[in-house]
Amino acid sequence: MSTQQQEPETQEAPEDPEMKGTQSPQERRLEEKESGLTEDADSAGDLEGETVHLKVFRYDPEVEGKQEPRFDDFHVPFEKGMTVLDAVMYARDEYDSSLTFRHSCRQAVCGSDAFFVNGKQRLGCKTQIVELEQPVRIEPLPHQEVVKDLVVDMDHFYDQMHAVEPYFQDEETPAAADLEEQRQSPENREKIKMSSRCIWCGACMSSCNIAAGDNEYLGPAAINKAYKFAMDDRESEAIKEHRLRILEQEHGVWRCQTQFSCTEVCPKDIPLTEHIQELKREAVKKNLKFW
Amino acid sequence: MSQSYNRGLIEDFGRWKEFSAGMWAWIFHKFTGWMLIGYLFTHIAVLSTAIGAAQGETMMLASEQVDVYTGTIQGLESLFIIRVLEVGLLAVAVFHILNGLRLLMVDLGIGLTAQDKSFYASLILTGVITVASVPTFLTGVGL
Repeated sequence: MSTQQQEPETQEAPEDPEMKGTQSPQERRLEEKESGLTEDADSAGDLEGETVHLKVFRYDPEVEGKQEPRFDDFHVPFEKGMTVLDAVMYARDEYDSSLTFRHSCRQAVCGSDAFFVNGKQRLGCKTQIVELEQPVRIEPLPHQEVVKDLVVDMDHFYDQMHAVEPYFQDEETPAAADLEEQRQSPENREKIKMSSRCIWCGACMSSCNIAAGDNEYLGPAAINKAYKFAMDDRESEAIKEHRLRILEQEHGVWRCQTQFSCTEVCPKDIPLTEHIQELKREAVKKNLKFW
Repeated sequence: MSQSYNRGLIEDFGRWKEFSAGMWAWIFHKFTGWMLIGYLFTHIAVLSTAIGAAQGETMMLASEQVDVYTGTIQGLESLFIIRVLEVGLLAVAVFHILNGLRLLMVDLGIGLTAQDKSFYASLILTGVITVASVPTFLTGVGL
């Protein structure tokens, strides 16, 4: 198949100011790719027919002699377009079947394979090997207990996610018999669009310095989840207030110190810090009285 | 779960090379904040000599009888190390102010996508202002 593609028909720029003018993270990446195109091609050529050096964190509490954490080296043959997940899967399938990690969809939807790759939380299936320096150091997500190899205990993360009541609540749901839909305005949909992209991978929570030190902090992902529902116009004011009451507690939005770590690592480019800041303003507005 | 392994704090200062702009901004803001609080105490200590001066207390400075407030300040200002510390204080204060403005913007939700650039800008501006202040701070002091 030819790699040459027809230029797609130019689309009209969307009216929404959020989508216009400011560069989206994807556009930025595309631009970076374009500008570094020859470089990339070179490095890919260099790697062709070569091996990728992986250093993978290993730990197994059930096998004597593996209870002491260590790093294993794997040399995986490089293929064009190889991701970190592809590489560890090859290592598991061909070299060491005991190598354990979570993965499922392999296309950045399921959120299972967030690893700590070369000192940064990344989604294994979304990280190209060519973009990384070798040896590629793959560790389980920091600030979570390691169960085995690259598998971490996500219970706490899920607890925090559920703590913000991540489901639609509305007393005025029309009766099913009426066959009436609960419509959302396109503007409102745009507003919560980015927040709805969360795949629960836990990369943000793991990167957050505050969450690391404060176990009760809701964390970026949970707050983002709350944002999605709090900003939904279809929910009543009373429920929005109820949501803000959860968020404005001591270990809620105010713990965020705007380090932007979460925003930086989010594989779905969710502007987490922006959402947290907006909820902070909402919480203040709700409590502000001038009389 | 039978057993699990706690890796502790991973992103400690040993990994400082991997810190992002926002992280550095946070660390510097904390650091400069504590420095300014520390300075506040020395500032109060020096200024409180004015109480003594108002009551007519005097001291000897370069074989001259001056009031205790003037004497303390002039005595400190004649020290080279104090001048250097003053340049440092200015740098710390300027960074805290500029990054504070940056954080104000962040709180208002303005330009969050440019937060790293605004951090670098405040760093560079701090550097420029500090360098520009050196002649003023270091005039008339012998090494």
